[in-house]
Amino acid sequence: MTFDYAPAPESRAVVDIAPSYGLFIDGEFAPASDGKVFKTVSPSSEEVLSEVAQASADDVDRAVKAARKAFEKWSALPGAERAKYLFRIARLLQERSRELAVLESLDNGKPIRESRDADLPLVAAHFFYYAGWADKLDHAGYGANPRPLGVAGQIIPWNFPLLMLAWKIAPALATGNTVVLKPAETTPLSALFFADICRQAGLPKGVVNILTGEGSTGAALVAHPDVNKVAFTGSTEVGKAIARTVAGTDKKVTLELGGKAANIVFDDAPLDQAVEGIVNGIFFNQGHVCCAGSRLLVQESVQDELLDALKRRMRTLRVGDPLDKNTDIGAINSAEQLARITALADAGEAEGAERWSPSCELPTTGYWFAPTLFTGVTQAHRIAREEIFGPVLSVLTFRTPAEAVEKANNTPYGLSAGIWTEKGSRMLWMANKLRAGVIWSNTFNKFDPASPFGGYQESGYGREGGRHGLEAYLNV
Amino acid sequence: MPITVPAYGKEAAGRLASMADVTADDGALRRFLHGLPGVDAVGLEARAATLGTRSIKTTAKAYAIDLAISMIDLTTLEGADTPGKVRALCAKGVHPDPTDRTSPKVAAICVYPDMVATAKEALGDSGIHVASVATAFPAGRAALPVKLADTRDAVAAGADEIDMVIDRGAFLSGRYMDVFEEIKAVKEACARPDGTAAHLKVIFETGELQTYDNVRRVSWLAMLAGADFIKTSTGKVAVNATPPVTLLMLEAVRDFHTTTGVQVGVKPAGGIRTTKDAIKYLVMVNETLGEPWLTADWFRFGASSLLNDLLMQRQKLSTGRYSGPDYVTVD
Repeated sequence: MTFDYAPAPESRAVVDIAPSYGLFIDGEFAPASDGKVFKTVSPSSEEVLSEVAQASADDVDRAVKAARKAFEKWSALPGAERAKYLFRIARLLQERSRELAVLESLDNGKPIRESRDADLPLVAAHFFYYAGWADKLDHAGYGANPRPLGVAGQIIPWNFPLLMLAWKIAPALATGNTVVLKPAETTPLSALFFADICRQAGLPKGVVNILTGEGSTGAALVAHPDVNKVAFTGSTEVGKAIARTVAGTDKKVTLELGGKAANIVFDDAPLDQAVEGIVNGIFFNQGHVCCAGSRLLVQESVQDELLDALKRRMRTLRVGDPLDKNTDIGAINSAEQLARITALADAGEAEGAERWSPSCELPTTGYWFAPTLFTGVTQAHRIAREEIFGPVLSVLTFRTPAEAVEKANNTPYGLSAGIWTEKGSRMLWMANKLRAGVIWSNTFNKFDPASPFGGYQESGYGREGGRHGLEAYLNV
Repeated sequence: MPITVPAYGKEAAGRLASMADVTADDGALRRFLHGLPGVDAVGLEARAATLGTRSIKTTAKAYAIDLAISMIDLTTLEGADTPGKVRALCAKGVHPDPTDRTSPKVAAICVYPDMVATAKEALGDSGIHVASVATAFPAGRAALPVKLADTRDAVAAGADEIDMVIDRGAFLSGRYMDVFEEIKAVKEACARPDGTAAHLKVIFETGELQTYDNVRRVSWLAMLAGADFIKTSTGKVAVNATPPVTLLMLEAVRDFHTTTGVQVGVKPAGGIRTTKDAIKYLVMVNETLGEPWLTADWFRFGASSLLNDLLMQRQKLSTGRYSGPDYVTVD
């Protein structure tokens, strides 16, 4: 007999999903002005979870007006008062974390182990962190009494729906701005639950508005003349369109876009932990991470050892039901995303890289992609250049630290990088040479509200998180 | 030139002979041990914690509980041990749950050398091994001839397994060759006249070695010297077996097996008291070494109080109700 783990599903009874949801404008839920709706499905089962309203340009206008009205009072509150609301929201998020984790796994397809142990604790931490800043803005390094910008139009992606919401809303509210936020069309539910938390916390009406909808809703929000600040996390393509839209206006913009991070392993690295870091770097959240370590740069002298160890480790990854507490890799978020990953992986094979996946049974319904490793990848391959946004790792090799730097930086992106070595001097030398917003050493995909996050080049501009994250919402 | 470690090499089997040069002299051994891949403490602890979150329920739990019972070295190592106490422990080892004869036997009864004969007699032909902590347990601070005599006595009295402690003082002061030679000598002392030998478990007292790098080095050192099992600790100090240390030893065993083709067992000891903890260790074995190690031949728990918690959980699974400490035996 073998040690087979029996299913250990988290109960979905803790979350009560309504059959339909409206838009959250000025503290009330209301249908879209033209009555349009769309469905949100669970990517692991293709089950329709709920119907949500599709906001039109009129709805965007109503929401921005509500936010503008609320801004007068909200921005005039003493920082300590705003902090009270943020602390209250943070505590409510903690109290309802199990419910929200299950909801997030249902709507997004990510394993409950990650929504429970990574997403939700970080979501609450961000609100706690920025609650702490709300009454200390004079000491943030932007001069005395820095002023908020006004109405922030925020658009977030589907990979970490609630966490990205927290990254956007917490600093905006702490600094005295009001918010109109559009969650991604495939993962709108947790933002709507957050709207309910805002009501529970007694947040004044109009301070937070949630508009569900597609790209057109987002475009209308970005283009709205009364929006003072645009914050976007998502694809580089959409980011460029947003930059074009706001060019020439006085809107402030922060863009947090794609990435193709290098995870660099030297021959003196702590190999067992490096293997864990590589796995965490690319298979965390099904690889739906903009800062994922999707390019493994390994020193040639340890290539065989490391790849053997990595393959052995990949064989233990458990792919399946996101609500099972033992699942390591959940479902791909949507059919479109699955098609994109499949196409890029096929291109990798066609261009001559060697493809490997552990044998694992994938569920028959839903959207799934087995963890995949490509060896023999060169800089010229598409899989070494384009962001795949899925559980696909490309392995390249290098011989000297200088070559590692050269290859790591040879990308249009620049969001994150990882360095694995036991030698401190080399670690620091590398970190200085790498052009990336976040550089991890002997770890990967570690997030903390106190540390700023953002990119270079096509990975966008501006920083979120930490003291630096305040700047994007202050008139400085 | 430092010797590189073919820790994850492709051609695995039969390399032990070619490893002879790394133990040729002091310098070679030191270079080899210091050339092993480093251990990042944060990463190791994070991995051990993640493995600890696996949710083991229903059939998997029932399997794990019986497996854990069959892997226990039921232990009494007190100055106050009496033949009566040892006999009681042996009886419990054979039938851990008097109300349920389907319960598996434990793997071994672990006693001081002077109790080996008593245990051996009490266990009869039950198939349960007798393990004995020889070599001036637990401090290990005695001259080598004393340790060897201790070992030979225990083997002569019928011990199937010898749990030796290493000289931590020698290891910490960098006298690796002394430790290596001592393990080899004890291994030789485990030989019986009929050509067979008692199994040698080497105890590191990882709580005293402090760093994870030391744990990886001492694991390789003991395996190169011929240890059949590597064991975390004596159970007599403040810090005994911990999940990260055990995980690290499992990884060392895995790499040693990949390199040499030689299979070595692992025994965490001390401080493992609950079913929940024991299952976490089994998950670590399962996901690090896999099925070949999931037997009492290759993995053991050094424990005295763990058994009763396993039995209570076992009763709960079969009856649906928690019983209580009066429904398992004390000894």
